[in-house]
Amino acid sequence: MTTPVFRTEGLTKTYGDGPAAVQALRGVDLTVPEGEIVVLLGPSGSGKSTLLNILGGLDRASSGTAWFRDTELGTLSDRALTRYRRNHVGFVFQFYNLMPSLTARENVDLVTEIASDPMDAGEALERVGLGTRAGHFPAQLSGGEQQRVAIARAIAKRPTVLFCDEPTGALDSSTGRTVLEVLTAINASLGTTVLIVTHAAATAALAHRVIRFADGSIRQIEENAARLRPAEIEW
Amino acid sequence: MVSALDRKLGRDLWRIKGQAAAIALVIAAGVMSLVTMTGLVSTLEETRAAYYDRYRLAEVFVPAARAPGTVADRLGDIPGVAVVETRVTGLGTLDLPDLTRPLPARFLSLPPSGQPALNAVVLTGGRMPDPAAESEALLLDGFAKARGIAPGDRLSVTLAGVKRQVRIVGRAMAPEFVFSTAPGEMVPDDGRFAVLWMGRAPLAATLDLDGAFNEALLTLARDADPRDVIRAVDRLMDPWGGQGAYGLADLPSNRFVTEEITGLRGSAVMVPPVFLAVAVFLLYVVIARMVQAEREQIGLLKAFGYTSAEVSAHYAKLVIVIAVLGALVGIALGAVFGRSMAGLYQQYYKFPFLVFRLEPATFALGIGVAVAAALAAAALVLRRLFALTPAVAMRPPAPADYSGLAGRAARLMAWLDQPARMVLRRVLRQPGRMAASVAGIAAGMALAGGMLTVMDGFTRAVVLNFEVIDRSDMAVSFTRPVSGQALYELAHLPGVLAVEPQRSAPVRFEAGRASYRGAVTGLDRGAVLNRAVGTGMETLDPPEGGILLSRPLARILNAAPGDTVTLTLLDGDRRTLRVPVAGVADTLMGAPAFMEIEALNRALGTPGQVNGALLRVDPLSADNVQAALKDRPGVAGVSVKAEARAAFQTMLDSGAGATRYSMMILAAVIAFGIVYSTARIALSERSRDLASLRVLGFTGGETAFVLLGELALVVLVALPLGALGGALLASAIAAGFSTDIYQIPATPSPASLGFAALAVVMPALVSGVLVRIDLARLDLVSALKTRE
Repeated sequence: MTTPVFRTEGLTKTYGDGPAAVQALRGVDLTVPEGEIVVLLGPSGSGKSTLLNILGGLDRASSGTAWFRDTELGTLSDRALTRYRRNHVGFVFQFYNLMPSLTARENVDLVTEIASDPMDAGEALERVGLGTRAGHFPAQLSGGEQQRVAIARAIAKRPTVLFCDEPTGALDSSTGRTVLEVLTAINASLGTTVLIVTHAAATAALAHRVIRFADGSIRQIEENAARLRPAEIEW
Repeated sequence: MVSALDRKLGRDLWRIKGQAAAIALVIAAGVMSLVTMTGLVSTLEETRAAYYDRYRLAEVFVPAARAPGTVADRLGDIPGVAVVETRVTGLGTLDLPDLTRPLPARFLSLPPSGQPALNAVVLTGGRMPDPAAESEALLLDGFAKARGIAPGDRLSVTLAGVKRQVRIVGRAMAPEFVFSTAPGEMVPDDGRFAVLWMGRAPLAATLDLDGAFNEALLTLARDADPRDVIRAVDRLMDPWGGQGAYGLADLPSNRFVTEEITGLRGSAVMVPPVFLAVAVFLLYVVIARMVQAEREQIGLLKAFGYTSAEVSAHYAKLVIVIAVLGALVGIALGAVFGRSMAGLYQQYYKFPFLVFRLEPATFALGIGVAVAAALAAAALVLRRLFALTPAVAMRPPAPADYSGLAGRAARLMAWLDQPARMVLRRVLRQPGRMAASVAGIAAGMALAGGMLTVMDGFTRAVVLNFEVIDRSDMAVSFTRPVSGQALYELAHLPGVLAVEPQRSAPVRFEAGRASYRGAVTGLDRGAVLNRAVGTGMETLDPPEGGILLSRPLARILNAAPGDTVTLTLLDGDRRTLRVPVAGVADTLMGAPAFMEIEALNRALGTPGQVNGALLRVDPLSADNVQAALKDRPGVAGVSVKAEARAAFQTMLDSGAGATRYSMMILAAVIAFGIVYSTARIALSERSRDLASLRVLGFTGGETAFVLLGELALVVLVALPLGALGGALLASAIAAGFSTDIYQIPATPSPASLGFAALAVVMPALVSGVLVRIDLARLDLVSALKTRE
């Protein structure tokens, strides 16, 4: 078995305190092997985004430990977390989070200029099928195209792991399928571990591994023996 | 029953209380400056008018050598004259035990009835003197306080060459001595010039004026032309040594009060509009963005079926509440501040009472401007939002469209990294907003720079006048013109290093229709202690023939080199001279005119005479020199330059000049307000972009660059504009302050521009740091989840 890229033990996260406290994670133990596509499924508020944020270095756990390879994330300073995000982590969000004042190519360059071993921005855009739209500003792109720019921006640094929080949440089904195809292609060609948070259960069919969440803990982990290609997924 | 919308209004106000308070405070500052300054001006004008009226200040002053008492009736017969009062007056000296030199003092008579019909006095302590008592006197309140003299004290005075003791029985103020200036001095100084009132009989006996008077006071009928009256009075008084009647406008004390009020009014007209404009700008920016942030709620309200008018009314109420609150706070602060400023002014001017006035028009103006600006800002944004369907309005706005900028500044862009491109494109996309921020900050800097330049000008005026133009240490004045021999005696006093003659004569200058009461000064060629100087502070030797006019005098007379001016001598034989203007001299104090000393003496028919001397004195022997002068007959007074300089500085620091400090502080506050609120709003508007950058792996510092880079660019562009605006404002304010009494140069120095830039850059840096701290606290997760 390959070394896990992520490992957690007894991870909890509580927001607020006193009677208003909300327990988002209630002791999560998890191992994510390198190079897989992992889908985190579950209803809203089940804790899957919280887990993603902690693993992505955007948030800190209340207790328990989370390792990225040999590094315990909880021990990192803010500066070290920034370095971790800069060099290892790519993010894709539901609302794309592109800079409106930069073109598609410049949005990608935003990352290539600070990453240690980036690919060319043009190559990243080719991989998401937007090689010809590099000079367009976000306002000139459709939602699906904007999300693909966001993916290009996320992969341009050759991240170890790609976090996608509801990447198809704001898209129609055919556009969503295109985005998922890009994500599986990246995983296949670059070996990037991809973590996808979604509540669209159908997405699970393309994953190596599916983790089901409910009420802040893991209910079930299953490995997909027969993965479907995104084109085969029923929405 | 409070409607649901009104409850929302209350809660919204509470939710945005910090922002609302910031907006309200900016409005308050603008309105406060308006209310304070205009209130101060009208308070001073009203108080002066009431003081003059209540204590019956004369409108025409008629000095003469000696006129029989019966002439008073003939003065009363002149058409246009309403009331006539006569008095006897003389200049003498006061010998204070703790002072090594005599102080000049003016003696005035009081009628047997006590208060005169005109130019009454305000008793502020003690009692009125007994009209028949030979040695009882009232002392001018300001002088008594400055010298610590109380009723019951005895003073040694010299009048008409006779030394005697007087007993001070009371202290008094008088409308003709709001400011008291010693003869021959430019600047009023409480402690260096005394005024004493005594019974008429003893004073007339001393001055040899029994049954006569040497000054008449007149008030005029309502429709009388003072110029006609003065002409008739001068004709009548000519046989009695009339020295030229003059109107209230030429009374030195009144001239000072007028100049001060004029200077204040200039500031009151120029400064509050700048503050208000800045406040309006801020209000517009903040409210526009505040309403923009309500976009989704507005869509929701419209989805519920509220009409655009109802939604508009709701937001109009919100901004009106803020604007009116701000304006009310400004009015209240303005009233309080104006009241305390007026109190300070009352002490400075020595008004016995204060008629405090606020201009209700400024209240209405303040509220009106604030509400109008708030409504305009809200209306502009609401109109854009109403153009959207409720469904669109409830969705987050589409990404701002930058495609129009695709090719713009491409060459420059190629040199820049992505964060720098973001900064530049934002600025290029909304040049109007950029221009507004630049204008606001430049206005803040202009205020600071203008004020600093004026302050610099004041300092420069003091330094130039007391170190470059007048380099003497003491000025001695004689009771009457004496032969040049007196100078040799002065030169031989131990400690006196150099002596230069002074010859001056009071004259009326006339050119065309313009006239001015002043003095002409005779200068030695090659004089070094007192000089006429040109624009570059180079010495201008007095011309062989003709007269050098100071710039303010040339302006008053509208005369240029080559023109001829008429000089009418105001004492002696009142002869008239016609003299060509040989040149114009630059001065910073007064409106003097210079002639070559012997040319002046020839014209006056007094060859070889002087009526004063300038001394340079060994500082260690200064006291001895003063003591020696004290006992010399014929010395009317000694003025020590260091004291004159201190008096000038005091005048600049108290009166109208003092407002410049408070304006400086207000300017810095406003600069900070603009920069900080611009930065803070940019932060909240762009928190999503900034959080995205953080998530992409940008450090806090790199992310801050995107936000603060824009601000830095705005500040950098604003600096030169602020410097220019400051220079313009300074020359306008300096022109307002500059009078024929003193002139304020308004040349911006690198130092004042540097400090003004600091006044903008420092708050910018501080707000940068504050925003940077806010940025570090940015919650990445929630910033990403929020849909704008």
